[in-house]
Amino acid sequence: MLSRRQAMEQLEAMAADATLLTEKPLSQGRLALRRFRQRRSGMVGLAIISFLVLVAIFAPLIAPFEPNNVLVGEEEGVVRRAPPCVHVLGCDDELPQHILGTDGNTRDQFSRIVFGSRVSLTLGFFTVTIALVVGTLLGAIAGYTGGWLDNIIMRIMDVVLGFPSLLLAIAIVSVFGAGLRNALIAIAVVSIPAYARVMRAQVLALKEADFVSAARALGAAPRQILLRRIVPNAMTPLVVLATLGIATAILEAAGLSFLGLGAQEPQAEWGSMLARERNQVFTSPHLVFFPGLAIMITVLGFNLMGDGLRDALDPTLNR
Amino acid sequence: MLSFIIRRTLLAIPVLIGIVVVVFFLIRAIPGDPCTAILGEQATEEACARFDEANGLNEPIFIQLGIYMKNVVTFDLGESIRFSRPVNQLLIERLPLTIELALSALTIAVAVGVPLGVLAARKHNTAVDTATMAFANVGVSMPVFWLGLMLAYVFALVLRDTAFALPPSGRLPAGVFSDPYYEVWGWTFAEGSAWAKFHEFIGNHYIFNSAITGQWDIFRAAVRHMILPAVALATIPLAIIARITRSSLLEVMGKDYIRTARAKGAKEKRVVRRHALRNSLLPVVTIIGLQLGLLLGGAVLTETVFNLAGVGRALFDAIEGRDYAIVQGFTVIIAAGYVIVNLLVDLSYAYLDPRIRVD
Repeated sequence: MLSRRQAMEQLEAMAADATLLTEKPLSQGRLALRRFRQRRSGMVGLAIISFLVLVAIFAPLIAPFEPNNVLVGEEEGVVRRAPPCVHVLGCDDELPQHILGTDGNTRDQFSRIVFGSRVSLTLGFFTVTIALVVGTLLGAIAGYTGGWLDNIIMRIMDVVLGFPSLLLAIAIVSVFGAGLRNALIAIAVVSIPAYARVMRAQVLALKEADFVSAARALGAAPRQILLRRIVPNAMTPLVVLATLGIATAILEAAGLSFLGLGAQEPQAEWGSMLARERNQVFTSPHLVFFPGLAIMITVLGFNLMGDGLRDALDPTLNR
Repeated sequence: MLSFIIRRTLLAIPVLIGIVVVVFFLIRAIPGDPCTAILGEQATEEACARFDEANGLNEPIFIQLGIYMKNVVTFDLGESIRFSRPVNQLLIERLPLTIELALSALTIAVAVGVPLGVLAARKHNTAVDTATMAFANVGVSMPVFWLGLMLAYVFALVLRDTAFALPPSGRLPAGVFSDPYYEVWGWTFAEGSAWAKFHEFIGNHYIFNSAITGQWDIFRAAVRHMILPAVALATIPLAIIARITRSSLLEVMGKDYIRTARAKGAKEKRVVRRHALRNSLLPVVTIIGLQLGLLLGGAVLTETVFNLAGVGRALFDAIEGRDYAIVQGFTVIIAAGYVIVNLLVDLSYAYLDPRIRVD
């Protein structure tokens, strides 16, 4: 027979066990977050993107000059295509300080690059949002309804995929006219099929899942089943795809701008800044080097973050 | 296998037709009518009517589409407005450069990317792995035109007096010509025949042509001119191939049959080469096909940077100059080539992995 004291101790232990049991298990989201934090590359990507977002938001405070400000006549000693000059690093005090030099119109390159982050980030974000929304809807409809509608949608997607993406984007922009907005739309259009295909595959797999059958048995309308049950559960791979898609979109937009089809002068956009000075690469390499470096760092940030997200959200890939 | 080939080939046909239709309507969506674009703003209504008649532009749009389809199938791609020459002649002159560029880039990407991926996987979770993957991540993030310009700066200017100097533009040095093999070997064809055109097309692959005819000076010059553009174009696919090879090999190394091979006492080298690598290269093959689209898109940028007269650059110039025949013809040919290569990749995939043929 247990003494009273022993019984109490036992009960206490049981209670402790019980609290252990009732403590909420980590949710999927929390587990993913924890895994994401463990990935060095993902965290580096997140850091780069956060930094760039801050630069974009506070651009007017960071940039010493207006991005489109032509400095000749305004500043003493300013010359066209001046190499970088930082006073604390031993640059002659007589010369005006432009830490990344000036461009062919005597504009401060550092300021232009800082403001350029706004263009690239918004462009990447909007392009992917358009492609994600349209692609997801098309893929969801195709996968859920099946039959001829599925066939038509996916064959159209196949045709779009049949073109090398940059070429199709060039063709679309040339039809509708050069400019940043049209470049954005063109890149969105060529990236729709990727989202549509992934979404369709997800929907096909989820359509037969028990929780969907349950919703159907409860009499939910097909639209509700699709939008409330299936789409939210299918979003994981699309989040990864979208993050990596921002990287591709920024790269392709820079390419279009380089060809003169995207951002137009005097807008401070990295691709067009580089294109404008490309013939000066042998005499003023800094005017090509820094805008390109800015593109690369931005794209790298989204690529790293996308990789980190993929590892975090898809436990089967964990190694 | 045969039924798989037939089925997969038939599937490519609607895509090809779709591409032709899309290009046809895209061109017609360009603002402004072709008559004033070609004859000029001053063209009279009469002249325009004659022009439309001569070019079949007064037919209903679907008849025009039908005629266009027929022309594409018979490889009659019309005449360039700016050059006053048949588009297929321009293709014969310019496509070989782009093919050589894309193939050189692909060769570099595979030859460097696969070993890098294998190395990273073999040294998994070591500094080598981290460094390789960091390199790959930077590689995929580089704008190809930027890399091209920077390579040109380094190799043509900074290193110009060293053994590593490389030319920053063009296909061959000024004044140097590659004699086509059929002239070297004294072959003759009927003027303007399809056969002559075919040989002209093959002969315009300078690297190939100079190698088979033993014009080694020209071969060296052509290769030297190709290195920088090819490296610039290869970087992104190289990085992607390295990453896919690594993750695929890592996955395969965990499989039961690898343990079996090890248990049989096979040496590590043999396990990796014979058992793991072969199976892990399957996804790499698919990726290579997909990279070709990237290469062709990147070719526009690379050819612009290095002043190369390939199809990418020609296509871009034609779009700027509203030379519709070239835009139509080149886009269709490039897209068709892309579809066909992906078809071949799918077929080779099925050949390498028998499981795919079943469904």
